[in-house]
Amino acid sequence: MPDKKEINLTIDGTKVTVPEGTTILEAARMVNADIPTLCFLKDINEVGDCRMCIVEVEGRRGFATSCIQKVEEGMIVHTHSKEIMEARKIVLDLILSNHQRDCLTCTRNGNCELQTLAMKFNVMDVEYEGEKNKHKIDDLSPSIVRDFNKCILCRRCIATCKNVQKIGAIDCINRGFESCISTTGDKSLNDVNCTFCGQCIEACPVGALREKDSTEIVWEKLKDENVHIVVQTAPAVRVALGEEFGMPIGTNVQGKMVTALRKLGFDKVFDTNTGADLTIVEEANEFIERFKNKGTLPMITSCSPGWVKYIEMNYPELLDHLSTCKSPHEMFGAILKSYYAEKQGIDSKKIFVVSVMPCIAKKFERQREEMKNDELDNVDAVITTRELARMIKQGGIEFTELEDSEFDSPMGEATGAGAIFGTTGGVMEAALRTAYESLTGEELKKLDFEQVRGKEGIKRATIKIGDIDVKVAVAHGLGNAQTIMEEIKNGKADYQFVEIMACPGGCIMGGGQPIKTAKVRATKDVRKLRADALYTIDEKSKIRKSHENPVIKQLYQEYLVEPGGHKAHELLHTHYVKREKYQ
Amino acid sequence: MKTLEEINQIRKTKREELDLRVNLDAKTREKHILVCRGTGCTSSHSPKIIETFQRLIKEKELKNVKVIQTGCFGLCAKGPIVIIRPEDTFYALVTPEDCEEIINTHLIEGKLVERLLCKDIDDTVVKRLDELNFYKKQKRIALKNCGIINPEDIDEYIAFDGYKALEKVLKEMTPEEVIKTISESGLRGRGGAGFPTGKKWEFTRIAEGDQKYVVCNADEGDPGAFMDRSILEGDPHCVIEAMMIAGFAVGANKGYIYVRAEYPIAVHRFQIAINQAKDYGILGKNIWNTGFDFDLEIRLGAGAFVCGEETALLESIEGRRGQPRVKPPFPANKGLWGKPTLINNVETYANVTKIILNGAKWYSSIGTEKSKGTKVFALGGNVNNVGLVEVPMGTTLREIVFDIGGGIPNGKGFKAAQTGGPSGGCIPAEHLDTPIDYESLAQIGSMMGSGGLIVMDDTKCMVNLAKFYLGFTVDESCGKCTPCRIGTKRMLEILERITEGKGEEADLYKLEKLALSIKKASVCGLGQTAPNPVLSTLKYFRNEYIAHVRDKKCPSGECKALANITIDSDKCKACGICKKNCPVGAIIGEPKVVHRIDPDICIKCGTCVDKCPFHAISK
Repeated sequence: MPDKKEINLTIDGTKVTVPEGTTILEAARMVNADIPTLCFLKDINEVGDCRMCIVEVEGRRGFATSCIQKVEEGMIVHTHSKEIMEARKIVLDLILSNHQRDCLTCTRNGNCELQTLAMKFNVMDVEYEGEKNKHKIDDLSPSIVRDFNKCILCRRCIATCKNVQKIGAIDCINRGFESCISTTGDKSLNDVNCTFCGQCIEACPVGALREKDSTEIVWEKLKDENVHIVVQTAPAVRVALGEEFGMPIGTNVQGKMVTALRKLGFDKVFDTNTGADLTIVEEANEFIERFKNKGTLPMITSCSPGWVKYIEMNYPELLDHLSTCKSPHEMFGAILKSYYAEKQGIDSKKIFVVSVMPCIAKKFERQREEMKNDELDNVDAVITTRELARMIKQGGIEFTELEDSEFDSPMGEATGAGAIFGTTGGVMEAALRTAYESLTGEELKKLDFEQVRGKEGIKRATIKIGDIDVKVAVAHGLGNAQTIMEEIKNGKADYQFVEIMACPGGCIMGGGQPIKTAKVRATKDVRKLRADALYTIDEKSKIRKSHENPVIKQLYQEYLVEPGGHKAHELLHTHYVKREKYQ
Repeated sequence: MKTLEEINQIRKTKREELDLRVNLDAKTREKHILVCRGTGCTSSHSPKIIETFQRLIKEKELKNVKVIQTGCFGLCAKGPIVIIRPEDTFYALVTPEDCEEIINTHLIEGKLVERLLCKDIDDTVVKRLDELNFYKKQKRIALKNCGIINPEDIDEYIAFDGYKALEKVLKEMTPEEVIKTISESGLRGRGGAGFPTGKKWEFTRIAEGDQKYVVCNADEGDPGAFMDRSILEGDPHCVIEAMMIAGFAVGANKGYIYVRAEYPIAVHRFQIAINQAKDYGILGKNIWNTGFDFDLEIRLGAGAFVCGEETALLESIEGRRGQPRVKPPFPANKGLWGKPTLINNVETYANVTKIILNGAKWYSSIGTEKSKGTKVFALGGNVNNVGLVEVPMGTTLREIVFDIGGGIPNGKGFKAAQTGGPSGGCIPAEHLDTPIDYESLAQIGSMMGSGGLIVMDDTKCMVNLAKFYLGFTVDESCGKCTPCRIGTKRMLEILERITEGKGEEADLYKLEKLALSIKKASVCGLGQTAPNPVLSTLKYFRNEYIAHVRDKKCPSGECKALANITIDSDKCKACGICKKNCPVGAIIGEPKVVHRIDPDICIKCGTCVDKCPFHAISK
């Protein structure tokens, strides 16, 4: 491929040369001209709706839309001329005039792109006040709250849902001033084809979309002395939580996080990675069973609850492909309320299990009928990384100043395999490590399965396990999941094992993770930074294979007997239901 | 299927047969009763008129008399219109009950039905269509066949040079020559913006793409505009033929016409025309063995004004919400389904066949220096001759309003005219002599637009007018971009405040500032032009705005909230008529006691003003 043509242009008096196809916005960033944006979300929402990014191009009628319009040879661009600044300020004023400006009581206070712009533009007063749209808050779902009184109609959520996840649960209805984002039949998000992946929340520049807050019940239980409150944290949480306290993206704050949880008052602080190890042992065993006994293949992973809801709604006829394993935190919850309770001599009814997850679909998963044993929920509350950060702040804990500490024993030990669960390809890699040794009886020398790592939307590989070729595929993001499912449905797939994560990038980019601005998303590889942190944890782990986790070994010895055994089935496996898209 | 030879044969024989339609001295014993079946006359029962004529002809066994449905004659104010050819007798405001008299008196006795003849504005009785002042200054190019042929009969179209331009193009010309002819003719987009048509064709021709499309924009949405509608209803084949010529020129073999579903007659006739053209092998594969393929489909719009914007129209054809795309890229490079696409409006296409047949020189000899040819206007509002007119570019507004339109009814004065609908501006009396073309209209703060021309008499409040148009754009904004979605709403709110007497002088400044930003910052033409009615009224009628905000008065009395109705106690005779007629009982008074109005109850409807025999009540 020949190199792209170079384009010379002038931005705010500075000459700059950029490759052909660069947008005016990107070119301006190269010369440190900060053009404001709101609706722009790189590669996802490039529509030029909000009009904040307008610039003047000499010789052109009207303003140019810098977020999508490409540079042209000899172009002379002014990003902050008087006229542009005035027009932008009016546009911002208009957006603010129809925005419910209750910043003080908004989850996005301090992390709101609109608020930041209002500050940058020195907005002291809204000049064009007028009628505001009034919307009912939709909080019927267990995962997402929609408050469209705050919506600025940037449509980043629509684009994410429609173009990335290929769900299309939401779109714009009505016209003009009455336009708003809604669902089929203007129903609650709870009653339509939404999977609760929460990617819309990650895309929202303001506080129109947020997780259903569960911190109150957790605070309540923390203060209740009759409750044995246990917390577990998902692998992806520790590599993102620090961002909420101003730490660089991809900082592993496991030690500080454990300390903070203890300070908050949790009786025990455990690691969902341990649950992940357990899942791997069960899942690898299930795979081998299916493989040997000619069961339904490919087997597809089931640890992403958004994905599970997706297949239940969209491919119910293929539910047999789904592994019957519960997701790690649910498995772990089940063990905590049985094995752990017995061992510690605690009444399981008094145990309150809190999961800190990078995910909002976990909130939905938690309350599924199937996620119960002995009429007790496996997990009692799910809070997201963001909610945990808020609790830490609320608890008056100076997070960045905390000493590191370790997870509690006896359930605290986890392997590197459990850690990488949090990124796309991680479950597959962890499962392959265990399956390899189980199938061949030999020690796996090279633990890194590079073929299933990385950002590629769908990764396909053939893995040699002894003399068997195992064909695997890894998909992340529901748009890619759809591609794989269509292959399977149409008999065009010859995979034996498939990993699917609802969120693009896997759990590290889950809908419960710290929200990054469009600019950060455009200029930093958030996924890679967080994923690298997980791979570093794996690399540095003493034990990197789930089945070698001493906690797991002990658990089978003392309680579960064998993977896939009767007890394991009762506690750790589940079933799925065909789900109507629209209620 | 018909060969080219067969089509030429149809043209010859049919033309002779239809000579009486255009020739007063046609040598024939036949009479054709032409009845307008445009939307206006149709809604005034012209189908019933046709039915009645047909029944009567049958009953009376009249030989050589045919009833023909046609498209719009133009003078809608006098509809339903019936014309009898070859003598070209013009009967106005005909009802089904009049048919028998026309048959008996005109067709059997050979005498005129005097009472149905049209009276011109100067009260002269007009016998023939072309004697009307309304037609004298008109030049019909786009509307050439409207009112002459039966739009549902392809043979009648062929008779009047139909598909001859296509033959010429396919047999004798290269795409480059076609585009050269269109360019040299000076034809510009009749949709409103006036972009040179030849240039648009050339951009699409040179754009790279394995598939190209030709689209006809028939999503006419300006309030009061019905130019495109009338062309589609009256002469659908001329649009098909032009789209095919455009397809040949730009290298497209597939066309779409996007028509609003609220135009049922236009849609129906266009579909008939497509079917007939397909039957004749005019649309299809390897047309007349020239190797040229062309297929054409109708796409119905759901009535959103914004879908008249070319990129929103494309989105809608593709099955998505009708919202504009940011330009560039322009449709010529990335249009329908990302392919190079030519989009022209109905009236633009309606000029094409005539330019091909008569030559670029002929066309460019009509009009002004930069605006060639004619323009069709839908003349409406406070004007006597409401209807459809086609005039050479450069005709003055005065000629259109007074000579053609017959002036302002009820002895009122001319205040302003709005061209370009909600995207245009109002033109005050001082600019009545501006020759109308793209440049001159833009210069005085209006725009050509698609051709709506609304005349306002001196009782109209210009602030209220601006409010009306803003209300329209607020309703019709797609909601995509901020300035249009929220900005127009805020402008409307300010205008509402002003017309309710709650405005302040600072509002005028705010209004102007916002208007200018919306114009520049909006994504598409809708938002970019939405503030025009406000800006132009602020420019020409600022005094009225000031009266509203400073004196809390509406000079024309149209803004009810500002009206202050009072009874002059000196003139009041206490007759009680006002009291009797007041719908809300706001008038207090006994016999022989001077009446007065309770302002808390009064709804300022003005009934008392009109009813008072002594002119004692005033607004």
